[in-house]
Amino acid sequence: MEPPAVPEEEEEEEEEKEGAVPLSMAPGPVGCQLFGYVGIEAVLDQMKIKTMKTGFEFNIMVVGQSGLGKSTMVNTLFKSKVSRKSSQPGQEERIPKTVQLQSITHVIEEKGVKMKLTVTDTPGFGDQINNENCWEPIINEQYERYLREEILITRKRKIPDTRVHGCVYFVPPTGHWLRPLDLEFMRRLSRIVNVVPVIAKADTLTLEERAEFKQRIQEDLKTHTISVYPQEDFDQDPEDRALNDRIREKIPFAVVGADQEHQVNGKRVLGRKTKWGIIEVENPAHCEFPLLRDLLIRSHLQDLKDITHNVHYESYRVRRLNESNRPGLSPLNGLPGKGEASSHL
Amino acid sequence: MSMLDGCKTTGKFPAGGCYDLFLRAPHTMAENQDHEKQYVGFATLPNQVHRKSVKKGFDFTLMVAGESGLGKSTLVNSLFLTDLYKDRKLLNAEERINQTVEIIKHTVDIEEKGVKLKLTIVDTPGFGDAVNNTECWKPITDYIDQQFEQYFRDESGLNRKNIQDNRVHCCLYFISPFGHGLRPVDVEFMKALHEKVNIVPLIAKADCLIPSEIRKLKERIREEIDKFGIKVYQFPECDSDEDEEFKQQDRELKESAPFAVIGSNTVVEAKGQRVRGRLYPWGIVEVENQAHCDFVKLRNMLIRTHMHDLKDVTCDVHYENYRAQCIQQMTSKLTQDNRIESPIPILPLPTPDTETEKLIKMKDEELRRMQEMLQKMQQQMQDQ
Repeated sequence: MEPPAVPEEEEEEEEEKEGAVPLSMAPGPVGCQLFGYVGIEAVLDQMKIKTMKTGFEFNIMVVGQSGLGKSTMVNTLFKSKVSRKSSQPGQEERIPKTVQLQSITHVIEEKGVKMKLTVTDTPGFGDQINNENCWEPIINEQYERYLREEILITRKRKIPDTRVHGCVYFVPPTGHWLRPLDLEFMRRLSRIVNVVPVIAKADTLTLEERAEFKQRIQEDLKTHTISVYPQEDFDQDPEDRALNDRIREKIPFAVVGADQEHQVNGKRVLGRKTKWGIIEVENPAHCEFPLLRDLLIRSHLQDLKDITHNVHYESYRVRRLNESNRPGLSPLNGLPGKGEASSHL
Repeated sequence: MSMLDGCKTTGKFPAGGCYDLFLRAPHTMAENQDHEKQYVGFATLPNQVHRKSVKKGFDFTLMVAGESGLGKSTLVNSLFLTDLYKDRKLLNAEERINQTVEIIKHTVDIEEKGVKLKLTIVDTPGFGDAVNNTECWKPITDYIDQQFEQYFRDESGLNRKNIQDNRVHCCLYFISPFGHGLRPVDVEFMKALHEKVNIVPLIAKADCLIPSEIRKLKERIREEIDKFGIKVYQFPECDSDEDEEFKQQDRELKESAPFAVIGSNTVVEAKGQRVRGRLYPWGIVEVENQAHCDFVKLRNMLIRTHMHDLKDVTCDVHYENYRAQCIQQMTSKLTQDNRIESPIPILPLPTPDTETEKLIKMKDEELRRMQEMLQKMQQQMQDQ
């Protein structure tokens, strides 16, 4: 690091220079003024070009009882037919006996930016008579896969990231409260993955019912200390906090999904046409789908990935390494005790 | 002509009055005499029965079942235009975790145009809400069996004058509109109950479905009901001498089963009229608009046209099945034990609660009769 060039700029830092402050306690790199154009900002362009070449990965999981509009919602979010149902047309809806995880990967492109989107669906969740432990198959094995790749001696240049970055949980619009199944699932999974709860098929609730329902859900989440995304603990600065607080007031979003277009006031909009009116999906006065889309894609996509990598994955890694009970990890043998690797949920 | 008028010709009781036969203005003398020669007069029997029943009052027990949050209470309030649930408290989080299925009865006396109806609504909170719902219908089947057993005991007892009929006459089962058809819980519940009570399946909260989805869902549910062999309540065939319009309405009724219903506790302003409905930012759903949902069909079927039939089927089919089963079990037990018992089966003594309940009911009836007599006497005194 070059020492500051111009002394008169450094009045405020003089006290710190006087004492012999060890490096670890230094207050951070000292700021300085540039007296000409250096070109540091060009690094942003370089990053942009690079990421556009490599593309983004985003893995999203949708969980909820059958019939809550999960596949339609995913199609509406990404404005293309990316759901499980669209890739297997004509297959009859049958409730599977056990919960299955089905992932479909698509590469979608917009303005030169490529995104490899993986949607994991969970048919059979919560549909049986006895739903105990139906959340177990959803336990994230992706972390394990990533961890093994990471501790290899010769690692791949870019480890394929199949970890779920965000899990959208669909709450049925009963209008009363969260069911025991919802509470159990969200409690267990919010510890290992970012959970975004949404109220599905919200066109069945009037605005007052919607507000009451949301309030009750928020109280429930607080009572059971379930921290959904955006988590309060990970707000980095007051600006973040202010933005996230605004989002947290509205969680869970009341959404409606639609894949058909109708004519409204001369424009073609996505919506549902009923005998008493047309519900426009992208109209903020009708439903909160635009908020969900903005959260997941337009503003917090990178944040979701960062929290998954820096927080959830790290805590998983720490847990696994402590389990293995060995001072140094031998990458040749891999991690011991794969059989005991079931997450302690 | 509504279905009401149609009932007149078949002699079944409509909910309204049809005093015509008895109170019609007399014919001319000549006609009267001719008339008298062929006229025996027992055509007035339906009216006599009618007047007696009106005095006695009717009773009807309706059970509502389904997951919570499907609008059951709202629908009941809309059907009977009362507010049965105003004191209901929603449970908090801890109470909900350990909630089991309960049976709650609400009784209300309604009167309309001099006809009294004692309506009992049997509610089943907690059904289908837990994580593990195995046999969550057991408390409900037990309740229905208990009512049958109590009636059986009363019928075989010595004092049969004031038998209280608590048998469940109809069960409205709410199917969630968010699924793709029947869920495993729905199938198991209906199979456990279809031989004990008249099941009328309904699609709840139908305002979240567009018309094509409703059609598909109804077809799907009908297929699955056939596939699993569930015997839901069948509307009786109308006689061949009914008029065409009645038959048309009957056909429409049968084709729209299961009914897709919406309920509402609030009155909103739509097109200058005050109607029961739900106000959304994109429009107003009117509960009583036949184009919006099948609520009117359900109400007509349940109250105006088929209430008596539901009671008949309960008495003649479900109760008789229970009774036959009961007696069979007892006789097989007796032959096993090799004892000679009296023909009247000896059942375990009734619990003190039902006995006192019956006594209280009898006293209530007496009190009411005395009050009515008092009122009449006061009226007479005032007139004088």
